[in-house]
Amino acid sequence: MTHRIYFDNSATTPVRKEVVDEIMPFLTELGGNPSSRHYEGRVVRTAVEAARAKVAAAINADPSEIYFNSCASEGNNTVLRGYMMGLGRNAKKNHIITTAVEHPSIFNTAAALEKEGFEITYLPVDGKGNLNLDDLRNAIKENTGLISTMFVNNEIGNIYPVEEIGKIAHEHNILFHVDAVQAVGKIHVDVKKIGCDFLTVSAHKFYGLKGVGALFVKRGRVLKNLLTGGHQEKGKRPGTENVVGIIGMGKAIELAVAELDDEAKRVAALRDRLEKRVLEEIPFTRVVGDPSHRVPTLSNISFRFVEGEGILLKLDTEGIAVSTGSACSSSDLKASHVITALNGDPEEAHSSIRFSLGKYSTVEDVDYTVETLKNTISLLRSFSPIYDEFVNANKH
Amino acid sequence: MNYTEKVMDHFLHPRNVGKIDNPNAVAEVGNAQCGDIIKLFLRINPEGIIEDISFETFGCGAAIATSSMTTEMVKGKHIDEALLVTRDVVAEELGGLPASKMHCSNLASEALHKAIHEYKAKYNLH
Ligand code: FES
Repeated sequence: MTHRIYFDNSATTPVRKEVVDEIMPFLTELGGNPSSRHYEGRVVRTAVEAARAKVAAAINADPSEIYFNSCASEGNNTVLRGYMMGLGRNAKKNHIITTAVEHPSIFNTAAALEKEGFEITYLPVDGKGNLNLDDLRNAIKENTGLISTMFVNNEIGNIYPVEEIGKIAHEHNILFHVDAVQAVGKIHVDVKKIGCDFLTVSAHKFYGLKGVGALFVKRGRVLKNLLTGGHQEKGKRPGTENVVGIIGMGKAIELAVAELDDEAKRVAALRDRLEKRVLEEIPFTRVVGDPSHRVPTLSNISFRFVEGEGILLKLDTEGIAVSTGSACSSSDLKASHVITALNGDPEEAHSSIRFSLGKYSTVEDVDYTVETLKNTISLLRSFSPIYDEFVNANKH
Repeated sequence: MNYTEKVMDHFLHPRNVGKIDNPNAVAEVGNAQCGDIIKLFLRINPEGIIEDISFETFGCGAAIATSSMTTEMVKGKHIDEALLVTRDVVAEELGGLPASKMHCSNLASEALHKAIHEYKAKYNLH
């Protein structure tokens, strides 16, 4: 295959070489079950526990507070459903506060809880995708038991004020869950500073393997299991461990955090170059989200008068991978709920493209993408009825 | 969800795009499902032959490809013959469309039918 430019690192990242090297022995000669008492088992157990220590260190937790699982969706489900099931019948604290811009694994799980009789408040965001903490304060009620917010939004990259939210939560004795999937490896994540009770992490967002994640559960906090079975993960997450996934995750998070400061600077410069050139060189474009509160890797831009799937497909054939919030590219033909939440206008989502850069992005990638975009957008606009109409209406 | 080669060909090299000169039948339809728009421009001669046709589309790859294919299929045809072109015919001609994209195919043929019916009404051709 010819050189591809991968600007979809928020969807997933490729596995980095050091991770492959780290897990290789466990794919070949070291095949024991970490629960076994013999040598083969003990070697693997040691490696799994070392990985746990690395994940814990990366987010300033204690290794005993880290529970490995299969992915962030599982982590998020575990918190919401585990919280609900732990309350039992006639629960008093059956009100959960979350936001209108969560990942589907929170959004749809909250909706499922609503059907079970829970009360959910979805905090709105402003035109830039930011929360107003007064909305949060006003939403808190006698029966509020849990607040769940993301640290970083997956579509627009906004960073949410989790430390402040944590403070508010604890002033009111409310548990606080943070979905940090899009934060780890991009900004510093510190569970003590945040003051959260639960925090979700997923390995494939920072060059680890797909199919493995971790849930931080603060010591003393309990969630009901989703699964019943063996004693793995202290009985909280039964099932034989995803050994290679876990070991790879340990390595990946260790490197991601060690490289974070330099890498964030490097990627931010690339992202800013991309964004600046697009805004300057392609008319009727604008940034979706808040450029002053954003992770360094992401830029979401709307290209007025053209539809996102068309842009995506065209770029794909030119060797560039991006994603879109357009209704046309979602299976249910609904525009991105995140971008729609910004201004209530599905039109913006329709034309939005997310560029998520990463470790392997280069300045050449950025410049080639801008040049390709210029052609793509003007071509698609050349037969866009709404562009035509706009041009005619503005002909004086 | 993958597009056939034919869909990709029409998407990447759309035929009959833009506006033709002196159209005498124009129709625009919008899609309530995902908010897309297609506009067709036709020039129909007194014998009822579609002499020229073009489109403008704001929509996904399938919407653009079906618009392109529709114009290609009816160009040079009599309007009554053109009315036989439906979303299924267009989709079939493209080698099939993903199920979730059939409504886009609908859009193009709907615009075609609307343009022809309006033309007929205008000239009392019923
Ligand atoms: S035009 Fe929206 S899905 Fe095809």
